[in-house]
Amino acid sequence: MLDYEKYLRYRTFPVPWCPGCGIGTIFKAVVTAFAKLNWDPNDIAVVSGIGCSGRLSTYFNTNTLHTTHGRALTFATGIKLSNPDKHVVVFSGDGDALAIGGNHFIHACRRNLNIKMIVINNNIYGMTGGQVSPTTPTGFVTTTTPYGNTEPHFDTVELAKAAGATYIARETVNRPRQMLKVIEKSFKHTGFSVVEIISNCHINLGRRNKLKHPLPMLKWIDENTVPISKAKDMSEEELKFKYVVGEFCHRHRPDYFSVYEDLVVKKAGGDKK
Amino acid sequence: MSNVKIRAGNELVVEGAIAAGCNFFAGYPITPSSEIAEGMSRELPKVDGIFIQMEDELASIGAVIGASLGGKKVMTATSGPGFSLKQENLGVALIAEVPIVIVNVMRGGPSTGLPTRGAQGDVMQARWGTHGDHPVIALAPAFPKEVFLSTIDAFNLAEKFMTPVILLLDELVGHSHEPVELPGPDEYEIINRKYPEKLETLEIYKRKMGEPPLRPDFFMGYPIHIESLEHNDYGYPTTNPEIVEVQQKRRLEKIEQHKDEIIRYKTYYMDDAELVIFAFGSMARSALEAIEILRKEGGPNVGLFQPITIWPFPEEQLKKEVGDRNVLVVELNWGQLIYEVERVLKNNRIDGLLKMTGMPIRPDEIIEKIKEIKNA
Repeated sequence: MLDYEKYLRYRTFPVPWCPGCGIGTIFKAVVTAFAKLNWDPNDIAVVSGIGCSGRLSTYFNTNTLHTTHGRALTFATGIKLSNPDKHVVVFSGDGDALAIGGNHFIHACRRNLNIKMIVINNNIYGMTGGQVSPTTPTGFVTTTTPYGNTEPHFDTVELAKAAGATYIARETVNRPRQMLKVIEKSFKHTGFSVVEIISNCHINLGRRNKLKHPLPMLKWIDENTVPISKAKDMSEEELKFKYVVGEFCHRHRPDYFSVYEDLVVKKAGGDKK
Repeated sequence: MSNVKIRAGNELVVEGAIAAGCNFFAGYPITPSSEIAEGMSRELPKVDGIFIQMEDELASIGAVIGASLGGKKVMTATSGPGFSLKQENLGVALIAEVPIVIVNVMRGGPSTGLPTRGAQGDVMQARWGTHGDHPVIALAPAFPKEVFLSTIDAFNLAEKFMTPVILLLDELVGHSHEPVELPGPDEYEIINRKYPEKLETLEIYKRKMGEPPLRPDFFMGYPIHIESLEHNDYGYPTTNPEIVEVQQKRRLEKIEQHKDEIIRYKTYYMDDAELVIFAFGSMARSALEAIEILRKEGGPNVGLFQPITIWPFPEEQLKKEVGDRNVLVVELNWGQLIYEVERVLKNNRIDGLLKMTGMPIRPDEIIEKIKEIKNA
């Protein structure tokens, strides 16, 4: 039995998410991954932005930081650079990571600092009551698209790949075992990793789109989930609005801090840590 | 051998920061502050420090807050537009009580304004720029040695009171190259943040009224929570009105109760002055030159009150030094700190020489204004 309880900050419970929210499944997977790797809670910093996903940091019994909307990665960059041998995990929602924090997201991918990012994509601004996000499917009704969403959605994986992240995976809350696997792999990876988890917001997305309860919403996610092995043989048209899941990228590129030490510190004649 | 060197204000910020033990800088290029980032990128790796140029202004203040929580002594530098962009995260450092130094080399505004021209238009932004009630420490040095020492001071105050400190230069101070005798390490003190003797409580914000939090940094063996939401003694989010009141007041009192310790100012030629000029930064220097010319010419005799700490405003000090004399406020803006002077000196005659054209207010303009007041 894995001892994941030491990663839970019971004093702050109960958690604030709606009944049936997918964040709980993701929370469990992350503490399980910590336990499997047996990381010391003191050696971990969990940083989050704003929104439902932003509240996650409070409940980890590690060093934790709840920041501003979209900026979690910037704070995490400072924490990691000042403590390169510690583990830094960032939680961000789809609005947090891809809208207001989009600039930080692409530059964190480019910089390849050894930070573990988990993007919880529920396709909506949940905490503020259900406004359209950069990942809301076209046509979906939200409180700010009452006639249906007119915008195309971002593909987190393609964005991260193009920007230079070195480990990229996507899973859904319907697949907890596969989710744990990619989270654990991303934690073991050296470099900037992005794991996108498709989650359900039946309250603020589902109920306006005939997916009012957790089960129909999870079923909808499941029906639109395509494993990467299958997706290879499907056309672009067939893959429209599908969540392709699996591991998309696992490549090696020297991480930011090792390059900094090798190049800058040596040339400047400073001492190595 | 004399230690006199030719330095611009921005270079002295770099040297002051290194002397203070700054070991992390994150920034973004912006005129007229870029020399600070350039200098830090050159100097920090030599002293085991980290420099990073971030993707934008919001990121650079985020990174320094993160690094400060990670145990570093941190600084970022910017100018007007960048200072505007940093305001939201400045609030994080205020509410979570994270020591950071943020330099704003003021240029003409609003908006992109006059990037290469000096101004003193961000004085009220330094006080009230981020939303909500909050305490502020802002230092505005004028002379080269003051820039060096105020930079060290900014770090000392940040670390002591666990709060952001704003160092306000204006472009004229940041870019003027002048001879300066750099003070040696025996001429200044270095203060570092305090840690709890034993790591035994998570109630890091459970402090007496006016006291800063006492807590470990991240990874010191006792995992803490740092929160941008209003929080309780543990740092966990709360909306409980009683707790909110205590935490809000404690943070404000942190500065209010220690004003005497925080406020620095200088006076010149006050003994026989019939009129006192209130001026800071580059305008204190114009004023001082005007005062000295007038004294050579046989009067009128004018004195100078030069605040170095502009926030908290030196209320008692100004009252004490000025007495019932008339005051002329010289600011390179259309009137900002003059409102504070008027608030404090309710019964004095107060005139203003307030202008922002992108050019400094010259000593001869100040002399003309003094004569105008005298003849009125």
